[in-house]
Amino acid sequence: MDRRNFLKTAVSIGAATLPFKELRAEEKGEKKEFYAVLVDTTRCIGCRSCEVACSEEHNLYIPDIEKDNALEIVRTTSEKQWTIVNRFETDKGQIFVKRQCMHCWQPACTAACLTNAMYKTKDGPVTWNGDKCMGCRYCMVSCPFDIPKFEYFDWNPKIQKCNMCFERLQQGKKPACVEACPTDALMFGMKRELLEIARHRVYNYPEKYVHKIYGEYEVGGTSWLYLSAVPFEQIGFRTDLGTTPYPEYTKEFLISVPLVLFAIPAFLLGLNLLTDRKKELSEKEGWKNE
Amino acid sequence: MNNTVVITGEFKRFIKFFRNELNPRGKWLTPFNVISIPIILLGIAILYVRFTQGLGSVTNLSQQFPWGFWIGFDVVTGVAFAGGAYVITFVVYVMRIEKYHSIVRVTVLNGLLAYIFYAGALVLDLGRPWHIVNPIIGNSFGFNSVLFLVSWHFLLYMIAEFVEFSPVIAEWAHWEKVRKFVSALTLGAVIFGITLSMLHQSGLGALFLMAKPKIHPLWYSEFIPLLFFVSSIFAGLSMIIFEGTISHKVFKNLIGEKSHYSYEEIILGLGKGAAITMFVYYFFQSLIFIHEERWTLINDFWGYWYLFEVIGFVLIPCFIFAYAVRNRSFGLIRIASVISLIGIILNRLNVSVIAFNWNAVNKYYPSWQEIIVTLMVIFSEIWVFRWIVVRMPVFSKTK
Repeated sequence: MDRRNFLKTAVSIGAATLPFKELRAEEKGEKKEFYAVLVDTTRCIGCRSCEVACSEEHNLYIPDIEKDNALEIVRTTSEKQWTIVNRFETDKGQIFVKRQCMHCWQPACTAACLTNAMYKTKDGPVTWNGDKCMGCRYCMVSCPFDIPKFEYFDWNPKIQKCNMCFERLQQGKKPACVEACPTDALMFGMKRELLEIARHRVYNYPEKYVHKIYGEYEVGGTSWLYLSAVPFEQIGFRTDLGTTPYPEYTKEFLISVPLVLFAIPAFLLGLNLLTDRKKELSEKEGWKNE
Repeated sequence: MNNTVVITGEFKRFIKFFRNELNPRGKWLTPFNVISIPIILLGIAILYVRFTQGLGSVTNLSQQFPWGFWIGFDVVTGVAFAGGAYVITFVVYVMRIEKYHSIVRVTVLNGLLAYIFYAGALVLDLGRPWHIVNPIIGNSFGFNSVLFLVSWHFLLYMIAEFVEFSPVIAEWAHWEKVRKFVSALTLGAVIFGITLSMLHQSGLGALFLMAKPKIHPLWYSEFIPLLFFVSSIFAGLSMIIFEGTISHKVFKNLIGEKSHYSYEEIILGLGKGAAITMFVYYFFQSLIFIHEERWTLINDFWGYWYLFEVIGFVLIPCFIFAYAVRNRSFGLIRIASVISLIGIILNRLNVSVIAFNWNAVNKYYPSWQEIIVTLMVIFSEIWVFRWIVVRMPVFSKTK
């Protein structure tokens, strides 16, 4: 076979395999579609029904939303409450923002967990398993949103974070907070569909929304998506987190580990043999004697 | 039948011998004992509270600062200080530089104890320590976790160091056959140990790669693993110099005159090694500084703090080492080793605690209980170290 023929065959074989690969990739993507929630902050009225519903569902501390004036300060989720609503004063008036775990596509916390206690289920929710967790809190160090919370005042502490009502989803129900929302500020569905809806709103009402869906690309994409009337940094979001999935940052190091494990011992052994001065001397002697 | 009799007889002899060795030797009321015993007892009391009422009852850890002094100092810094063992075994067993043979045993012992105590201090910090076996046995392998790697390497490295040290134990217990057998394993354990050390020294740095948005950009770079690895070399060397200085004062009677003379040459060699690796480290820091255009960050508190660490505690001791080695000034070498050890503490604490969440409103400071427990860990290690060197042939080959 001459060179031209060889190239022709090679190219055509390559071309023939290409569409197959694409097809398979598409199939894979289809299966991996995740549940998601779209939060439209322009619709949120700050009633905090979601906070109560969440705490009731998961037997956590139930806030007294009538009296506790919790909106006066900007809060974070805690080991007692998996979700909270914050109020922000902006040039477009008061904006209420519900916060909880973002359920990343490639979560830093699950990559950090050395016992697989932090685990992303195939439907998307990131859950925690107390039988495996050893309480090292590396998930807390790694999470870019500072979501996992630790019970510091318990002899048998748990990591507390939103699990997207994983058990309810299995029963075909919506997450408790979504069901409790009276204004449709929260919408539950498949991520792809929700992205369509979000884009539709942003395109059709450019005066109402900023041209961004928070969570579409952040840290590689998250299951919780946010729409806003003002730039996201004004309502408590970090916009400097990048679009790289966080596990990528440790990937290079982890890939180098098996290489080092094989290459370095061989190198050291070689060095050890090379520096064998005694053997060298005795060989020299032998050569002289001959 | 005959074998069993021999083994049980030997076992009985050893138990008797061991019991005898357990008896204290020397005076009880030494200044070290007077200070360390109350602190160790207080530490145990604090740990009781910690294990019954939770970590928050004795530490200042918070949701924003999940890792504090126990991880940042005991584990991350302690392991860097223990780097001397892999450096010295590399020099002696791989490169066959016999000059350093006389300090191999004490360095390996220091490394082994440092891992048992400082890496072991990790257990105190775990919320659910009874699940510590999960990443080792069972079906809970988080392969994609850097901490998974680090924990396995801690375990394997402790075994490797134990094998490296076991000839000394065998000599002490008069087990000639065992000594021959374990001595034959030394080179394998050394090579395995060096490889593991390279990986977990850098792995401790790699732990912080995912904390990118939290660590001040002057301390965060994708090269943290490399920086941690290179700095562990001079941290280990400085620790050998520092620890050796104290040992030579305290255990003078255990160390012969002859080894004292060659010890000066050893110190000079170690100082030279430290100067070179520190310069390499400084060079890497400078490259990263230029590559990431860090000069834009240098003109505030954090910038000065960074320069304080890198110039004051790396470049300056590096020059002191170089100058002292040239002029055979042992006092200056010791001073330089102390400065570089402080530099390592600064660097590890900066990455893990101080520059971590640097813009937080409520900063983390260790509580007095955290410091007492850390002292407890250090003192208990010294107790065990002292117990071993007084009884086993650590400083000299034959008793």
